[in-house]
Amino acid sequence: MRKIAIYGKGGIGKSTTTQNTVAGLAEMGRKVMVVGCDPKADSTRLLLGGLSQKTVLDTLRSEGEDVELEDIRKTGFNGTICVESGGPEPGVGCAGRGIITSINLLEQLGAYAESEKLDYAFYDVLGDVVCGGFAMPIREGKAQEIYIVVSGEMMAMYAANNICKGIVKFAEAGGVRLGGLICNSRKVDNEQEMIEAFAEQLGTYMIHFVPRDNMVQKAEINRKTVIEFDPGHSQAGEYRTLAKKIEENQTHVVPKPMHTDELEKLLIKHGLAG
Amino acid sequence: MLLRHTPKEINPRKALTINPAKTCQPIGAMYAALGIHSCLPHSHGSQGCCAYHRSTLTRHYKEPVMAATSSFTEGASVFGGQANLVQAIDNIFTIYDPDVIAVHTTCLSETIGDDIPQIARKAEADGKIPSGKFVIHVNTPSYVGTHVTGFANMTKAMVDYFAKSTGTRANRINIIPGYVEPSDMEEIKRIAEMMGVPIVLFPDTSNVLNRPQTGKYEMFPKGGVTVEALMSTGDSMATIGLGRMASSPAARALDTKCKVPCEILDLPIGFKATDRFVDTLRKTAAINVPDALNEERGRLLDIVTDMHQYFYGRKVALAGDADQLIALTEFLVSIDMWPVHIVTGTAGKDFEARIREITRNVPHPVNVSAPADMFLLHQWIKNEPVDLLIGNTYLKYIARDEDIPLVRFGFPILDRVGHSYFPTVGYRGGMRLLEKILDALMDRQDRDAPEESFELVM
Repeated sequence: MRKIAIYGKGGIGKSTTTQNTVAGLAEMGRKVMVVGCDPKADSTRLLLGGLSQKTVLDTLRSEGEDVELEDIRKTGFNGTICVESGGPEPGVGCAGRGIITSINLLEQLGAYAESEKLDYAFYDVLGDVVCGGFAMPIREGKAQEIYIVVSGEMMAMYAANNICKGIVKFAEAGGVRLGGLICNSRKVDNEQEMIEAFAEQLGTYMIHFVPRDNMVQKAEINRKTVIEFDPGHSQAGEYRTLAKKIEENQTHVVPKPMHTDELEKLLIKHGLAG
Repeated sequence: MLLRHTPKEINPRKALTINPAKTCQPIGAMYAALGIHSCLPHSHGSQGCCAYHRSTLTRHYKEPVMAATSSFTEGASVFGGQANLVQAIDNIFTIYDPDVIAVHTTCLSETIGDDIPQIARKAEADGKIPSGKFVIHVNTPSYVGTHVTGFANMTKAMVDYFAKSTGTRANRINIIPGYVEPSDMEEIKRIAEMMGVPIVLFPDTSNVLNRPQTGKYEMFPKGGVTVEALMSTGDSMATIGLGRMASSPAARALDTKCKVPCEILDLPIGFKATDRFVDTLRKTAAINVPDALNEERGRLLDIVTDMHQYFYGRKVALAGDADQLIALTEFLVSIDMWPVHIVTGTAGKDFEARIREITRNVPHPVNVSAPADMFLLHQWIKNEPVDLLIGNTYLKYIARDEDIPLVRFGFPILDRVGHSYFPTVGYRGGMRLLEKILDALMDRQDRDAPEESFELVM
């Protein structure tokens, strides 16, 4: 089983990209579990066709520690297994602790056991690496592979660079590696070249350039991945390609995060001045 | 030799404390809250915190210490402790019916950022706080400060929540006693009463944590400062805060909130500090010092003159809280003892400067460090032995290994009684301290004397 964590700036399209890619892997016949690590619990909406399920932490709160695996898992598109950690409302409690609790509980309950015969487990993690909780999915013995979703916008790249700083720390101690950058296009000028150059600086590569297409929005409003909503559409093909590239990816590196001024120079060279 | 691994050679240490000369904030907050009449302290966190704080206080005072807890579970840690605290407030008022619930936080609830006033307002909106009852709070993360900080913060909360000014000044003085024993609080009240000065003492743990055995258990004993008295502090003509660390936040808050002028004094331990306290009371209340009090001072002086040969030049090592150590060092210097090693667990350049000032005429080098621990104190002692140790129970390990007599003083004292019944403040408190010091030194002299110089009369 490959455990993969998806990071990236808030609003960059991590959940959308993850679910569409997972749909692609599921179509290829892989057994995939998606663990949403966002208190909003919207990381599996497209696979499940809605936000219907009870989260791990809600269940823990209402049932006490006597939680069954079946209470918190739901089956979505093409047999994908969907889990939402959930967490507190904004402003109270500790969402980071929630992720720690939730992942520990999933392990205790055997969600990752051999008998589950999983090919992939995907962690869809909220925003930037801000505290111990949000780094939980990349601790020793958890995800070994990270993909960062990024676009050609400066703050998205800035966040990606920060995430790399977080990865370095865990990579030095454990086995986690950066698999690559996924560019979720915002139609910024020179976007592809810039992200390719950025990736090179980080010591990795851009695994795929996902073009911007309104079909994604259309599928989302219908609570479906593009692959399910319109299997023949070119955008579905893009996600299938990304799924295939991840399946075949052999490049796993410890990233080399950039200094902020280097990052700004790169932006000027490829973006603003380009 | 339980501390046989303590090396004589002192190497610089960073980010490592061994045998700390302090404990954590909520202990002090809980102790202060017990000094409010009919108050149940409430620990907002997991059960273990509350159990530890209660047991430490129980072991020191030998009285059952009651406190409630929000009993955080994994769920509360993630979703916040609001549901637990609202339920706790409801249960406490329904079952135990105190006048006040004094909530303090713990590391866990601080770190997840629970907003106690917001939760208390929610409890009030839900009708869980009966009219005439109060919920007060203080933030006490244990990774900041010490038990003295917790005490100071809870005492300040009493001002923040209760002190009111009606616009009419009363002929009354507020006294904040500092982090001292119930017996000390009783002694401060006795001195004020002797002088005929009406006071409000807060917090006041006398008759709460040193109560008589009556055969009947009372959850809320008759001691403690009442809510009415706390409200009246805003109209008092002045506040005297004893001990800068423990008392100045509350004294200053009263000044800011109700314009009650304050004076911060040292704890009244020994001649000079007690003189300053008595004199401040005299001036503030415009009265004369009664003969009875002068006679007590005279008796203390008599012990010093009679026994001076036993004090002179004896080297002492001290560990404890800053407020106590400042007054105690001054007392020891005044009777010609030499405090040569002094550590406190609280950070403070002021403390070091003050100790240097007090000991500047001591004819011996003086080691002082803040914050520091008992490990360093032990190393100093190995390099420069002393005749006497004064501090809390944890010093007994050093006392045993180095074969030095120990006078128990400060917090916590877990292995002897007396501190909650007999004061160390005031002139009579000074007499008790000298009695204990003399007993320790003279017992040691008797033990070690060869037969030919084993004296009947000393």
